[in-house]
Amino acid sequence: MADTKYIGHNYTPPDLVAKVTGRARWAEDFRAEGMLFAKLLLSPMPHARVRSIDASAALAMPGVKAILTADDLPDLGPNVERALTNEPLYAGEPILAVAAVDELTAAEAVERINVDLEALPFTVDPLEALRPDGPSARTTGNVWGAPMPGGVGPNAASPLKTIRWTSDQFADAEEGRLPMGEPTEQWSYGDLDAGFKSADLVLDETFVVQSTGHHPMETRTAMAYWQNGKLYIHCSTQSVAQTVPGIARWCGIEPTQVVLISEYTGGGFGSKGGGTVTMSIPALLSKKANAPVMMRITREDESYIGRARTNMTGRTRIGFAKDGRILALDLFIVQDNGSYGPMGDHRSAGLAASIIYQPQAMRWRAISVLTNTPPRSQQRSPGPMQANGMIEPLITKAAKQLGVDQVEIRKINSPVGRAVFGPAQPNGQRQRLTSAFINEALDKGKQTFRWDERKAYSGQRRGAKVRGIGVAVGPHGSGSIGFDSLMTLRPDGKLYVQSGVGNLGTHSVMDLARVAAEVLAMPWEKVEVNWGDTGKGVPWSCLSVGSQTTHAMTRANFAGANDAKRKLQEIAAKDLGGSPDDYELSNERVHRRGNPGGGLTYAQAAKRAIELGGKYDGHEVPEDINAMTKRAAAMHAGLGLMGVAKDNYPRNGTTYSFVAGFAEVEVDVETGKVTLIDYLGVGDVGTVINPRSLLAQIKGGSCLGIAHALQQKWVFDPKYGLMVSRRFHNTRPLTILDIPASMQAEAVDLPDPETPVGARGVGEPPVGAGYGAVLNAIADAVGVEVFRRAPVTADIVLMSLENKKRMHEPLQAHV
Amino acid sequence: MDQPENSHAPRPGDAPEPSDTPRSGVTRRAFIKGVIASGAVATSAAYLFRTSGEIFGQTSAPGSVERLITLNVNGQMRRVDVMKQETLATTLRYKLGLTGTKIGCDRAECGACTVLIDDVPHYSCSVLTHTVRGRKVQTIEGLANGDQLHPVQQAIVDEQGFQCAFCMSGFTMAAVGFLKTTPNPTRQQLAHGISGNLCRCQDYDKILTAFMRGAEYMRRTT
Repeated sequence: MADTKYIGHNYTPPDLVAKVTGRARWAEDFRAEGMLFAKLLLSPMPHARVRSIDASAALAMPGVKAILTADDLPDLGPNVERALTNEPLYAGEPILAVAAVDELTAAEAVERINVDLEALPFTVDPLEALRPDGPSARTTGNVWGAPMPGGVGPNAASPLKTIRWTSDQFADAEEGRLPMGEPTEQWSYGDLDAGFKSADLVLDETFVVQSTGHHPMETRTAMAYWQNGKLYIHCSTQSVAQTVPGIARWCGIEPTQVVLISEYTGGGFGSKGGGTVTMSIPALLSKKANAPVMMRITREDESYIGRARTNMTGRTRIGFAKDGRILALDLFIVQDNGSYGPMGDHRSAGLAASIIYQPQAMRWRAISVLTNTPPRSQQRSPGPMQANGMIEPLITKAAKQLGVDQVEIRKINSPVGRAVFGPAQPNGQRQRLTSAFINEALDKGKQTFRWDERKAYSGQRRGAKVRGIGVAVGPHGSGSIGFDSLMTLRPDGKLYVQSGVGNLGTHSVMDLARVAAEVLAMPWEKVEVNWGDTGKGVPWSCLSVGSQTTHAMTRANFAGANDAKRKLQEIAAKDLGGSPDDYELSNERVHRRGNPGGGLTYAQAAKRAIELGGKYDGHEVPEDINAMTKRAAAMHAGLGLMGVAKDNYPRNGTTYSFVAGFAEVEVDVETGKVTLIDYLGVGDVGTVINPRSLLAQIKGGSCLGIAHALQQKWVFDPKYGLMVSRRFHNTRPLTILDIPASMQAEAVDLPDPETPVGARGVGEPPVGAGYGAVLNAIADAVGVEVFRRAPVTADIVLMSLENKKRMHEPLQAHV
Repeated sequence: MDQPENSHAPRPGDAPEPSDTPRSGVTRRAFIKGVIASGAVATSAAYLFRTSGEIFGQTSAPGSVERLITLNVNGQMRRVDVMKQETLATTLRYKLGLTGTKIGCDRAECGACTVLIDDVPHYSCSVLTHTVRGRKVQTIEGLANGDQLHPVQQAIVDEQGFQCAFCMSGFTMAAVGFLKTTPNPTRQQLAHGISGNLCRCQDYDKILTAFMRGAEYMRRTT
């Protein structure tokens, strides 16, 4: 869109003053008359069966109002995680919940409940689970199989299986290389053997990508009460419209019975995608106790029930031509799926590898192993970040050995335009990207970062310090299609845009209304965005996950705003003659072309829409919109001129966004300490909608990747199956002192041709970019042989340098 | 940790002898010892004082502190009923309705609950309410003067300093407190001044930019 007034321009989001004055209310900030508090009883064992529960002493306590156990919950089907369990699959899994007049009483009641547990076999290491005599995380199996027939998406339903690898297959493990027994899934394309045969350099490396908890600043607290048969729930979720079906299912009620309020969410990073199953606990306790219930989740609770990234151990074999071109790539992934799932990060990792490295031939094999560790969910760049970790060290090593520049070897292998990727689909065709401008991003970054200047001194030791530079491209799927939009232009002359996505601070929840303002030439100060409360009527919107919101909802609101525009034109033609196409919009009027002072004001047209009724004021709505949108439209019918539409725009290809990360590090070879000196992220994310928020996303996402490269990890006691890293001080997220003095972000701002507004999402791609770029910079400084796992902590660097070989245990998870 | 004598919560020690060869060689005793050694016990009540009933403050024993006290919060004298083990964060949020102060970890790790006590930033999750009697407490709600934002708040709005903003209140109070004593900091000094606060959206670079602007606005207005 040329000559835009709002798209591509900064603005102050309408929620900012409420946030900065402390008036904005998150889930834990709500109160209700007679509100009780809930506390959870968590499993002390990593795998056990509840034989019996004696709650008599707790129930006898004054102030204890209700106890909820797994027996009170609806059946969600086989192998599906529920809010409470009688067979805990990880230490920390909630077994029951108590509601009492205050938290101290509830906590005291929890202490007085006697749960008789039968200990069961367990494992916290996926490779251990695959050994010939290894323990299974569940009594019914140890791995998730390939998706069931008809299953689509990264988390398609899968069967539980039991698979063990032989001792012979484990022989490689002794050498620190990932053993490769029977996978559960695989695909390939091209001639892999021919590729390796014609290669000038073949590398084969194993790399361990760690798991980390999401730990958003706001834990997954919820407060719930019932009124007139409806559940009112204040919760912390990434999505609003899309959390309703989950809450309904978990509570055993209809979606129409749920009123969900979530105006502000304190981060999620994939851990609160469509809410989280434990949010049903205060809802069901509230029903049982007949009073509102607040369930505050502590930071330690959050470390158990708050989700984590799937860790992966990958073994990658790559054949390179002399110029660095990748001829063959063979990737084997053992994914630690945790206790529930099934997770699909391993599949996303395989596709991501195929996209960003464009190997001429590729094979992907994987197995997703259950362990008795807390449940995983998608964490900001789920799969692609892991692919960056497993594969980048090989690319960097090859570049060094072949004498090819780090940026050039990535450029030569980058997808261009509508590049193909992955295996052939059922129709015989391979998937295509909608667009990719990675090389433009790499060129731009190389210049801004003064790559060649830094290259001149990288690797040179000065005293105990040695600098290194690194680059990596983080990819991620970045857009879905087919969602709805709902807005009303009212007689007060204002445009009210209903927004059904979550408010995570990325501002996409409001950015979507910028598109409507643009199409309708509406002054921004006359646009009201209604978000965060399904009681106000919100349209069916995408999940606020997977970097899809900006793409999906700019499309939907482009459709909805054009629907409103058409109705304005039709009303003007009805009243003033001519055909609708004779009319255009400007200065808050619909008027004949060339006569901006004539026609009808928006306020007049809104009034006329109400008089005309039918489709004009929302009493008739399109057939193809979602039932939730229809319900929301019914709430707004008659209030003004309604714009309501489903995104039916075509899309040819799969939408991906990319961020190229550039990093410079300084390694102290006497202490092993790695310091990030400088960082730049360059986005290839389509048309920029909100520049300031976009750059914040690139920098913030990169910081998550940087933290994964340098310091964050999960640690378990393998003997007892218990989590050690339960709090911030031992999960070690990045602090304000860990960022470089100079941190930059920019974007190439080239529109995606397969979406009307040109915008793609940005949330995830920077994570893999930051992760890969920093790992590569460390390798550039001290050599690629120093580490084979992340984070690259001082002890790893120091031990390996001292002993002139890699010293760390190469395969064990969660150390 | 103290346990009530009549408690029957399923601590690891209550685990039955592993019967069906759960994990070779792990006896009940070894499990307990290992759990103690690793310090890793799954408990939901970890942040509460887990004591037996009589010192919950339900009764005022002779010599114990008064429960009904007066606090100076945001320039107002507020009468409030406070238990002896109650933290300032809890009092502010649950007794005085000041929910702008957030609880992120409840253990002095994240800084989301930072407030000013006599102009000095403190983690309110780790301050007992009884210790702030006679002192001036300022929270995020007390920063603005009517509709007139505090210069640091205005700077956050102008620079769009935060994303999800759950950490914003604590960061802001930490920055305001630091800038009172260091009105003209370098970027690095300011980063050190507010390094007791965590953000998980993590555009720390923009947070610093916003607070540097806040410092500039404060210098202009004072």
